Amino acid sequence: MADALWYFARGSGVISLVLLTVVVALGIGARSGRTAFGLPRFAVNLLHRNAALLAVVFLVGHVVGLLFDPYAQLRVFDLVVPFAGNYRPVWQGFGTLAFDLVIAIVVTSLLRHRLGARTWRAVHWLAYLCWPIALLHGLGTGTDNGTAWLWSIAALCAATVLAAVAWRLTPSFTRYPHRADRQVNSRLLPAVAPTSGSTPTPAGAPSPHAGTSPHTGSPTPAGMPGVPEEAR
Amino acid sequence: MTSVVEAPPGSRVQLRLLAGTHDGRLDSHLAQHGRLPVLDAAQVIGLARDAGLTGRGGAGFPVWRKLSAVAAAGRPPVVIANGAEGEPASGKDRALLTYAPNLVLDGLQLAALGAQSAVLYVPAAAHRPLQTLIDARRRAGLDRVPVRLVAAPDAFVAGEETAAAAAVAGRGAVPADKLVRITESGPGGSPTLVQNVETLAHLAMIARYGPGWFRAAGTADEPGTFLATISGAVASPGVVEAGYGVALGDLISAAGGATSALSAVLVGGYHGGWVPAAAALPVSRAALTAYGASPGAGVIVALPRHACGLMETARIAGYLADQAAGQCGPCVNGLPRLASTLTDLAHRRARPGLPAEVDRLARLVTGRGACRHPDGTARLILSAMHAFEPDVAAHLAGRCLAAGASR
Amino acid sequence: MSRLHVDWTACDGRGLCAELLPELLAEDDWGYPVPKGDLTVPPALEPAARQAVDRCPALALRLTAVSAERAPASS
Repeated sequence: MADALWYFARGSGVISLVLLTVVVALGIGARSGRTAFGLPRFAVNLLHRNAALLAVVFLVGHVVGLLFDPYAQLRVFDLVVPFAGNYRPVWQGFGTLAFDLVIAIVVTSLLRHRLGARTWRAVHWLAYLCWPIALLHGLGTGTDNGTAWLWSIAALCAATVLAAVAWRLTPSFTRYPHRADRQVNSRLLPAVAPTSGSTPTPAGAPSPHAGTSPHTGSPTPAGMPGVPEEAR
Repeated sequence: MTSVVEAPPGSRVQLRLLAGTHDGRLDSHLAQHGRLPVLDAAQVIGLARDAGLTGRGGAGFPVWRKLSAVAAAGRPPVVIANGAEGEPASGKDRALLTYAPNLVLDGLQLAALGAQSAVLYVPAAAHRPLQTLIDARRRAGLDRVPVRLVAAPDAFVAGEETAAAAAVAGRGAVPADKLVRITESGPGGSPTLVQNVETLAHLAMIARYGPGWFRAAGTADEPGTFLATISGAVASPGVVEAGYGVALGDLISAAGGATSALSAVLVGGYHGGWVPAAAALPVSRAALTAYGASPGAGVIVALPRHACGLMETARIAGYLADQAAGQCGPCVNGLPRLASTLTDLAHRRARPGLPAEVDRLARLVTGRGACRHPDGTARLILSAMHAFEPDVAAHLAGRCLAAGASR
Repeated sequence: MSRLHVDWTACDGRGLCAELLPELLAEDDWGYPVPKGDLTVPPALEPAARQAVDRCPALALRLTAVSAERAPASS
């Protein structure tokens, strides 16, 4: 029975790593705004979400299995606080860290509409931290490290994510690479310092003839007579 | 050159806000108009409704409806007098704040009855004299709600209602999505009322002289006077006050008359439209709708026959594209493309698809932004394509009608 | 009936909504959605509209009751 738990825990751990790899790749694919494998954009998006939920299922299996496993002696405490375990604390700590990050990313995604896009996106960026930690955990801990099949799976996962990230960094990543950036016009941002060099006016009320002239009908560029200048 | 133009006899140009001494001083203001009568918020709404007062910032929305929306929110509002005037061809708010700032501050108090704060949102360059005046009024016990000055960035969209509210809340002067109206909940969560400074000055006059007096100027549908900034090919460009429905020719002659033959007039500013230089054309929403224009914020630019209307519009379009707040994809991408397409036409660089492409792009951006910046830009360009139709055909054939016109 | 509202300050033009609601939305030259009408959602399209709102990566879509008219544009 104990052995069965141990195998189950190891197996589900590896499967969730593979699924997380697929999730990261699909997430990057969805971000590109392109269709993939003949699937429309919304399908890529749904696949990304469902693969993530499936990964969580296997991850929970992995963790629950280890909670009852006599070798690992995982405590509920270890699910939250990394690097405090009894069994290979450093490698297990990476697992805890990755688990916590996955939970944070999934929970914020489920509550996306309530949290707002900004918070959700900020937490979602942690995926780029979560995935390498999960990989490290898988390679370092457990009985399977050093086996050829685990190394092959890990190498394949790493290659997938690296390729996706490399694509993400190319200028032609999005479907409309020539689109202008949406960025707030700097002239609308609050001034750093108040304008102090303005025309001084005599104390009291402003004088209509001493201050700046309140019109805009300033002389126009040559060849364009009688039309107000745009620059002010 | 004076900027406030005296009314020539017999014309419908008439001075109200700008009548009298207009030296901006508190003592002369009180001597001329006296103190404000004591009114409650419901009375102010009733006066604005009876007078038919509409917003003078460009959109022309009925003032009483915004006042009641804010009152209905049931929480103390933030009230903002908007004098940002980012429109380069407009100078009337600046003129008003120089010559009759006390009317604006009176009106702000009327709109801010029961408010948690009252803000005068104007470019930083105008702050010093206004702060002095605000302090003097406070000492004289005129302003029950303290008035705070907030600097308006010198940018076209900084005067948009939600942009003004955002700037007052300490953020960038950036227009916001309109799903939740700021009259219900503004950037800080409070109901927010934004009124143009000229609108508030009219409100101060209505409180003193009554809705009936106000309606004696203008037309039955569009009562009252408005401030017009007249520039371009006129002898003395400046700010004129007239009732709605005033003949375009009367405004032009109030600004000293045209300095050369005119080919068209831009009415309503950079978000307005080109109309024929017809002296009898009434400047009112009703009469200008046919040209896709409206009095807007009262901007009038006279285009001389020897200047190319397409070149001028292309220049304005380039300016407007550059002034986009930068938040909305269709505007950020569409306006530069629209401007460059129009520029190609203006420079007689024929390319396939012209002039239909200008039309397509103008319609494509319309209605697809948080604010009306893309809509206004498209409206201006479409009106130019219509007003300068013969010149569009000439440009496509490699000629420019204005180039051949004599001065 | 309800109406689809696009928050243009949030829209990133990822194109999911135009795929889910081709009856109501097309795409422009830059991949941003173009309303084909006034974005009133007929009952038959309500589920698709709800999905578009839910799946929008930028959370730029909302379904509003039809009575909610536009606010005044500016002062």
